[in-house]
Amino acid sequence: MQPLLRVENLVKHYAAGRSAGSRDKHVALDGVSLSIAPQSTLALIGESGSGKSTLALCIACLEHPTSGSIWFEGIDVAALHENQQRKFRPRIQLVFQDPARSLNPRWTALEIASEPLVVRQDTSKQERENKALELLDCVAIPRRLASQRADELSGGQKQRLAIARALALEPKLIILDEALSALDCSVQAQISNLLLELQSSFGLTYLFITHDFAMAAHLADQIAVMDRGRIVESGPAENILRSPSHEVTRALLAATLPITETPGVGLEL
Amino acid sequence: MTPILEVKNLHVAYSARAGEICPALVGVNFVLGPGEILGVLGESGSGKSTLAASLLQLLPLNGKIQQGEILFEGKDLLKVSPQELRRTRGGRIGLIFQEPSSSLHPSIQVGRQVSDVLAAHESLDRRTLREKTSELFAAVFPTGAERISRSYPHELSGGQRQRVLIAQAIACGPSLVIADEPTASLDPTTQREILLLFRTLRQKFSLAMIFITHNPSLLADFADRILVLYAGRVAEIGPTAKVLSSPKHPYTEALLQCLPSHLREDQSMRKARLHVIAGDPPDSSLPAKGCLFEPRCTQRMEVCKGSEPPPFTVSELHEVSCFKFAG
Amino acid sequence: MRYLLRRLLHAVFLLLGVSLLTFLFSALAPGNYFDEMRLNPQISPETVAALRAQYQLDRPLPVRYAHWLNALAHGQMGFSFAYNSPVAPLLWARARNTLLLTVTATLLAWLLALPLGVWSAARLGRAPDRVISWTTATLLVIPDLVLALGLLIIAVRTGWFPTGGLTSVGFDDMSPLHKLRDLAWHMTLPVTALVLAALPTLVRHVRASVAEVLEAPFLRAALGHGLPHSKLLYGYALRAAANPLISLFGFSVGTLLSGSLLVEVIMSWPGLGPFLLEAILARDLYVVIGGVLLSMIFLVAGNLFADVLLYWADPRIRTAASAK
Repeated sequence: MQPLLRVENLVKHYAAGRSAGSRDKHVALDGVSLSIAPQSTLALIGESGSGKSTLALCIACLEHPTSGSIWFEGIDVAALHENQQRKFRPRIQLVFQDPARSLNPRWTALEIASEPLVVRQDTSKQERENKALELLDCVAIPRRLASQRADELSGGQKQRLAIARALALEPKLIILDEALSALDCSVQAQISNLLLELQSSFGLTYLFITHDFAMAAHLADQIAVMDRGRIVESGPAENILRSPSHEVTRALLAATLPITETPGVGLEL
Repeated sequence: MTPILEVKNLHVAYSARAGEICPALVGVNFVLGPGEILGVLGESGSGKSTLAASLLQLLPLNGKIQQGEILFEGKDLLKVSPQELRRTRGGRIGLIFQEPSSSLHPSIQVGRQVSDVLAAHESLDRRTLREKTSELFAAVFPTGAERISRSYPHELSGGQRQRVLIAQAIACGPSLVIADEPTASLDPTTQREILLLFRTLRQKFSLAMIFITHNPSLLADFADRILVLYAGRVAEIGPTAKVLSSPKHPYTEALLQCLPSHLREDQSMRKARLHVIAGDPPDSSLPAKGCLFEPRCTQRMEVCKGSEPPPFTVSELHEVSCFKFAG
Repeated sequence: MRYLLRRLLHAVFLLLGVSLLTFLFSALAPGNYFDEMRLNPQISPETVAALRAQYQLDRPLPVRYAHWLNALAHGQMGFSFAYNSPVAPLLWARARNTLLLTVTATLLAWLLALPLGVWSAARLGRAPDRVISWTTATLLVIPDLVLALGLLIIAVRTGWFPTGGLTSVGFDDMSPLHKLRDLAWHMTLPVTALVLAALPTLVRHVRASVAEVLEAPFLRAALGHGLPHSKLLYGYALRAAANPLISLFGFSVGTLLSGSLLVEVIMSWPGLGPFLLEAILARDLYVVIGGVLLSMIFLVAGNLFADVLLYWADPRIRTAASAK
């Protein structure tokens, strides 16, 4: 089966150094290749500075890679012109880590969910609102909260709203850039369940970027580990977890401190 | 052994914009021994940050300590003079706030910011000040201490900034350090390093610590005891191993069940639904009646609706505020 | 370093551009100095033409501009028709008087605004802050003209202060100490007018910047470390609030020559303002251009000064600048 997304040798250089006196050229991505099968989840694990967010931005067509290709549904979106790229943007959506900063705090939930629909010029305001309410239902935000301002919602509700917004244009691929990291544990569980539900209802594909190995292990079919702009190890989730081969993978696994285990605690069947 | 900190019946509340009083902490009691690490486990809205702030009376303008006693080394901090309070802050109790990126002054070199803390509590001449600052940096930075002390916060990584905050907190050799989510925005390997640093410092300086977090996995292997906060009340308090492996309070139990476990060998459990706690945390502006966890509790009983459960002793040093353990 | 050189180069280009525009506008504006003369039947047209030729007014514009630039390079700013003498010394004498006033007023205003603003911000919402807010709001609303006139009335009615001028009669015969006292006595009212006009804006800006910083997490953290109150306010809060204030200070420096025109005219202070006004009305071309250029130099220098200060004060700007 053809992968939904295939990245080949992606390279991204940034012109300026980030701190005083550092080199002129910053290599964020140094030849990254990966592929994601449709309706599956790839977890991209790495520390800050490894280039994960840069990769997310390039795939979402928000940054131009220096070289390499990004094949989405068989078309190299990296090679496309700005205008043509715009056609693809609705199919690849992003959910960010901090919903407090990715949502306009003064807008209501309904406004935020219906905003992407404005792109579809053939819809009326009423149609957009109805669709937005449906989206809120999908992510289990009670309708009575639809007219609440974003800054009045809880962290979990905000992140659900961000997901609703991402679903508005019926994407094929959703990139979740540390989308669970800022949430409480019980809320992470709720959102994780929601993501799994949405994946099966809508046939979504996820690129799940995180540094939390536990959650990655839980959600992913495939895992890729990034370090300093390169993918150092990748493969099916079980293999990586059971026998990690690269030292970076092992270091990251070791850093996830274990909790004392008791049978029965941890998963509900 | 005389406890280093005794919090008795602490009640803290905020006044909301519309004027209503929202209780943030209700009847919080706990005791901390010298050199002990107490992990405070709580989610958003549990009151954990309020606890950190109230211990040193650093609440925002709309927060108020309504009643209670905070006995540090025998003296009630709520009754000391302002000068004594200032001397305690930073001098005898160190504080590490959340968000290393915004807890440092943006245009002052970090070395200066650490020496400022030293200078605020000890009258040292310039040379001694510099030497002590270098020592502190060497203690928290294994390499590059000199260069880092001359840097500005925006030139450092998250982990490095966190270490600077730690240096500030331990600068004057306090006997207690309060850390509010010190590893929240850090990578796992950096988190690990910071926790190891804390442990080393605890051993070297016999520091007592209150470590506040929402992530239970950080406390295993680290804290001596865990205090679980829910809606401003102490749900459970006991030795770490006991609380994590056989939690008694339904909330603690439910919380630990939410965690995905990567050690699970059985891969068929992958991508299954995780256990969630039904419902939402209670709205603190509404009056409380009965146990606050009751609406979401799978083990609730009739008596839970009527009154709030007091703490019941389950075993040595282990207390649970739940009617399941009454009598 | 590169950053500063670039700013300097920018400034030079800006000044050249301004001089060109001023030249153009003045020359293109209808009328010239000699129109008045032409109307006078006692002066023959030949005399006028000769005078015009003498001042090169019959040459094309670009030539005149080039000549003027050349003169500028040699430190001269052209010739005044009205005074029949080089512009530069005339301007300079007047500019000195203006600067005497404005430098004093600016320094005083800032020295008062900083503590008032900080004090206000530290007591935000409480009585002292409200009094200051109310006072500054009132002062802001009163036009500078009214303030100046008001002070003048006080001078006339009470006779405590002179009603104008730089010095009293017999100034040159006074002892140095008396001279100083005399000068100060004459300066009091104009400086007061200028300070009262500038103070409210400054106080409000200081108050706003400091109040914002007082909410910042790093300040609460510093409080948690037991730093003494004075250090918190001045060493930490004010320092963090410095950026917008430095820009404002640059602006203050920039308006040193141009900001006091109104007060000078009303209080008969022999500064640049009234002089320029006169020159504009008389179409004294080179004085006008010279005056405008001088003011612009100050404005540009003020901004440059602010940039340099910002660069020095805020390490984040240094980092961003070196990254470019």
